[in-house]
Amino acid sequence: MPSSATDTPATDLEELRRLAQPFPKRHLLSVTDLDPIQATALLDLAEHFVALNRQARKKVDLLKGRTLINIFFEASTRTQSSFELAGKRLGADVVNMSPRTSSITKGETLIDTAVTLNAMQPDILVIRHAASGAASLLSQKVGCSVVNAGDGAHEHPSQALLDALSLRRAFGRLGGLTVAICGDVLHSRVARSNVGLLTMMGARVRLVGPPTLMPPQAARWGVEVSHDLRRGIAGADVVMMLRLQFERMQGALAPSTREYFRLYGLDREKLGAAAPHVRVMHPGPMNRGVEIDSDVADDLEISLIQDQVEMGVAVRMAILASLAARLDNA
Amino acid sequence: MSPPLVIRGARLVDPASGYDGPGSVLVADGRIEDVARQATAPGAPDGAREIDAAGALVCPGLVDLRAKTGEPGSEPKETLKSALRAAAAGGVTTLAVMPDTDPPVDDPAVVDFILRRARDIGLGRVIPAGAATKGLEGKALAEIGLMHEAGCAFVCDADRPIVDSRVMRRVLAYAGGLDVLVAHRPADPWLTDGAAAHESEFAGRLGLAGSPAAAETIMLERDIALLDLTKGAGARLLSDQLSTAASLAPLARAKEAGLPIQASVSINHLTFNELDIGDYRTFWKLTPPLRGEMDREALVEALASGLIDLVVSAHAPAPAEDKRLPFQEAAPGSIGLETLLPALLTLHHEGRAPLIRLLETVTLAPAKALGREFGRLSRGAPADLIMVDINAPRIIDAAALTSKSKNSAFDGRRLQGEVLLTLAEGRVIHEART
Repeated sequence: MPSSATDTPATDLEELRRLAQPFPKRHLLSVTDLDPIQATALLDLAEHFVALNRQARKKVDLLKGRTLINIFFEASTRTQSSFELAGKRLGADVVNMSPRTSSITKGETLIDTAVTLNAMQPDILVIRHAASGAASLLSQKVGCSVVNAGDGAHEHPSQALLDALSLRRAFGRLGGLTVAICGDVLHSRVARSNVGLLTMMGARVRLVGPPTLMPPQAARWGVEVSHDLRRGIAGADVVMMLRLQFERMQGALAPSTREYFRLYGLDREKLGAAAPHVRVMHPGPMNRGVEIDSDVADDLEISLIQDQVEMGVAVRMAILASLAARLDNA
Repeated sequence: MSPPLVIRGARLVDPASGYDGPGSVLVADGRIEDVARQATAPGAPDGAREIDAAGALVCPGLVDLRAKTGEPGSEPKETLKSALRAAAAGGVTTLAVMPDTDPPVDDPAVVDFILRRARDIGLGRVIPAGAATKGLEGKALAEIGLMHEAGCAFVCDADRPIVDSRVMRRVLAYAGGLDVLVAHRPADPWLTDGAAAHESEFAGRLGLAGSPAAAETIMLERDIALLDLTKGAGARLLSDQLSTAASLAPLARAKEAGLPIQASVSINHLTFNELDIGDYRTFWKLTPPLRGEMDREALVEALASGLIDLVVSAHAPAPAEDKRLPFQEAAPGSIGLETLLPALLTLHHEGRAPLIRLLETVTLAPAKALGREFGRLSRGAPADLIMVDINAPRIIDAAALTSKSKNSAFDGRRLQGEVLLTLAEGRVIHEART
């Protein structure tokens, strides 16, 4: 177990209330909103929620009376239901909004939407949007806390935190791990948040992918960049595959799906280059046979993909509880 | 006609004659009647208004070759009148307006409309830029000759690059035959497609698609090659708003080869770099995008050395609803008419370039590019001149600027320099409250 705080997980209201440190900022927009101590505290808190979530009674009313609005301009089953469950298990009233069911399609701007939502007096807004910086823009116009659940190709901080929690549980530590993040780094907010958080926590990060899917001057992010999958994952403790959009493989950024899988798809043979104890991650949803072979993805000995989903709810509970603790103190 | 006016006790700076020293100016009948290189003379005729400059700068009114208004077509953004009021307050007495209006200025009737509106407003000289191609589509030549007769000063397709090299060659040659300047902002359409920022580590971290410096240099090199092909026809090119250090070498080579090329830079690119975008601040989303600090430094040096000929405001009004959007969806551009001069003076206060050279880039140089007689303080020239306290400190408040749209990249910036008086053809069109 990673820390003494989690030797005996707390699952009752009063103890969790005591453990939930007020979030350092009003919003969670980027992993750079956290320092290593604050990130560790969040992961420690999330451990208690992992235990809670494994009980039959999963509810603890830390957010009783609070309103959480999920506003997802981009469709997402996984992240949205994860935040929804996290909110509900903490006793908050949760409302889900998506562009198709609101007036956003009628030409209302993001700001107008923000002002409208703000007038409903929510406590926490969870936003996903296709444009980088959208969560930051929203946060400037509302009085409540904003959680960035993915803004364009910028950040997805709760994903990085849940990945960190999965890794810490698998390896007992984050410092010193070698993590290879592979695939479409250019368009990936998951990659950016993970680079930020993992390097901050002392892990060594490598980015692997074809040059056409690599951000300009990514080597200056404090990571190693490789364009060869085998070399990039050589000796790595962790291989984190990224989702590749199909339309990006029709010749624009990669010639074809089959060529991509051949060069950058993770199969058991290529995985042999990594450390013997390697663990494989994927933020989902997976394109099986494109970036990852089912044989690898479904091998519970090496795949952390199921853990990531479970940790997602716990980490988001920790984020929400921590933000609410700040609100309670205000 | 306005009464005669004499300004005494000024620091006279006239880039045309290279003079920077004490002086006085007499204005009558819309022209500069007399210029004296001493504080007291010339004597004023009866009924003349006499102004004691008390050491303030007097120089030609500014000539800005790149401003957008929303008239005709998008008047809520900016009208000719609101733009001209901002120009007057900023010391700009000659304003070139871009043809990307609705309808576009690709027809002599629209040129005529703008000139008539400007005449009625009476706040300085407007020189419409005509479209180089019909509908700014980069396909067929616009009626450059007829628009020129109607009074358009030069041709360009505003922000749209003329992609088809054959069309660009014909534009250069045809306009050259009529002795009409062609302005063109070099930008490769594919490398800039979807880009919202400069391609760099910084934009990569923000998750913003960027365009590389090569997007500019590729097109610039092409334009230079086409200019070489068409110079025999009299082609002249103004390379509009260069933004990268990499463009300076090809520009220097073209000039050394004697090609009739000039280059402009926007005041924004002399002032800001890509990091000013900060947390997705859309007032700093510009076309071309703000580049790195090394680029800005190189542009400042090139301006001081004369490699870059002139500075433009790149005034581009955008209302709040076009700016209060996620960065990649927001409209590009910053207003700039009122901040052009104080921002340029920053380079003087920082000792980056002599005052007279800086003023040349916004007066004589653009006037010469157009082959016109304004932009100088010589006897008989149009009395377009300004009086400026070049040291007056100010904190720019975008909301207090005159433009209808308040999207100023200079919002909150500390600058020095206040225009005390603006004369356009001898008429006072702006006077600071004292």
